[in-house]
Amino acid sequence: MSETLKVVENATCTFCGCVCDDMELTVEGGRITKAKNACVLGKAWFLNHHVEDRPVAAIEGRAATLEEAVERAAQILARARYPIVYGLSDTTCEAQRVAVGIADRIGGCVDTTTSVCHGPSGMAFQGVGEVTCSLGEVKNRADLVIFWGSNPAESHPRHFTRYSVMPKGLFVPNGRKDRTVVLVDVRRTKSAAAADVFLQIKPRKDFEALWALRGLIKGVKLDPGIGDSIGIPLAQLEDLGRRMKSCKFGVLFFGMGLSMTRGKHLNAEAALALARDLNRYTRFVAKPMRGHGNVTGADNVVSWQTGYPFGVHFGRGYPRFNPGEFTTVDTLSRGEADAALIVSADPMSNFPQPAREHLQRIPVIVLDPKLSETAKVAAVSFTTATYGINVAGTVYRMDDVPIPLRPAFESPYPSDEKVLRAIDERIRNLQESA
Amino acid sequence: MPEVFVLIPGRTSRQGTSINEGKDSPEYRDEVGTLIMSPEDMARLGIPEGGRVRLSTRQGQIELPCKTARKGELQAGVLFMAYGPWSSRLMGGDTHGTGMPDSKAFDVELEKMS
Ligand code: SF4
Repeated sequence: MSETLKVVENATCTFCGCVCDDMELTVEGGRITKAKNACVLGKAWFLNHHVEDRPVAAIEGRAATLEEAVERAAQILARARYPIVYGLSDTTCEAQRVAVGIADRIGGCVDTTTSVCHGPSGMAFQGVGEVTCSLGEVKNRADLVIFWGSNPAESHPRHFTRYSVMPKGLFVPNGRKDRTVVLVDVRRTKSAAAADVFLQIKPRKDFEALWALRGLIKGVKLDPGIGDSIGIPLAQLEDLGRRMKSCKFGVLFFGMGLSMTRGKHLNAEAALALARDLNRYTRFVAKPMRGHGNVTGADNVVSWQTGYPFGVHFGRGYPRFNPGEFTTVDTLSRGEADAALIVSADPMSNFPQPAREHLQRIPVIVLDPKLSETAKVAAVSFTTATYGINVAGTVYRMDDVPIPLRPAFESPYPSDEKVLRAIDERIRNLQESA
Repeated sequence: MPEVFVLIPGRTSRQGTSINEGKDSPEYRDEVGTLIMSPEDMARLGIPEGGRVRLSTRQGQIELPCKTARKGELQAGVLFMAYGPWSSRLMGGDTHGTGMPDSKAFDVELEKMS
């Protein structure tokens, strides 16, 4: 059988926050057979993609039509007293926007996977502010690149080559040779091989080390005992402080080693404050290494629409932001939510036990291209088309730069946006006739 | 006697590639279901390559095989595993007012299984 072969140029990979938009995809008979320029994660993302053989929707595990499932989902959400909307990092901004609208309409919470990723960093931005820049500036200017609690070699494989370590730039014409690369981590990860300096810090000592650096760059004399406590000898910390002050353009990329470890937003605040302080001497920025394809888009969309990036509640008719109260692990673990709309996320496989237990007690509506663990326990599940591969739209790269998607082929399933619009519309009808 | 360690769940490329094959794939289950331990701790506790241990927190318990870390990868007293359904079973629901449960660098009790 002869099958048409199609090549899609400048397609976008949405597997990680690098959002590489230089993919060249070969499509043969409803499958991607080649993904030129993709890294090992991107290749796995594209080449394993296949159209699932599942009904478009299911109610209580039984196949249903799209209309029936939309009806049931709208009924559940319209009746709920404390509904939550969660997920959103693996879908387009267009779909995210509709999901926020639904939360507003039903007076519920809207929260994204940011809350279990860089949510604490989001809190820190509000506390300290953010000295930032695009990855293009990093590529063209940065001569000191520090990764702290982040392992790009395994989580963002093309970050080094595309943006931060290898590329030749306007003010770093020799690329790698013009840069000093430092890695600070509790584990000697595969990223250590790319670094000139590796500092193995003791677990849960990030805040102390960052705060000590703040002191050092201001000329404060520190007790050498600090070395034993953080696992990095004072002389090495002083050396790092000197490099930070004397570089032309420094960047501190921080990962979930800071935001997921005790101290969380305070760890991130220490990193942001250090970068801010350094601008007395040179140009220095601090940036979170964002994970999922469009988690940065989720922050942007929720912020445009509510004024806050995640953990927002509309129960009083206006948006209120309170991490720890309106974030999803909390609304579930405390048993408050009485219905959940989950878009492209799988809390049943990665949330703490008390949150998972509550999810099994309440009606859950799931939109996902795959039969996730959460879809397996859902009252209503929708099989949707995969963003980037089947669905066009916009995603935000980790540095808040919007990037258009160029899908490879069409899916028989509807997009998240289409399903969400139908649910939203039906909820409005139900509310108007009530 | 159980001993207290610090557990760091994190991403690995094998976890990232195999998740695309599906969370039921043997690759994924193997990657997220193996504990990495420093050679010093393995030797001190007499745990052979692939030997099973039980990890527990106030929240839950898991049993899984151990693998020796690369040289210099882990300090003694620190454990690593790929982030997934098993590591999540050890996480508590308290977020200390941040929305984020303690997901990295938390204490676990480790017991060797015979
Ligand atoms: S670095 Fe990230 S976005 Fe780029 S190809 Fe790899 S997985 Fe995709």
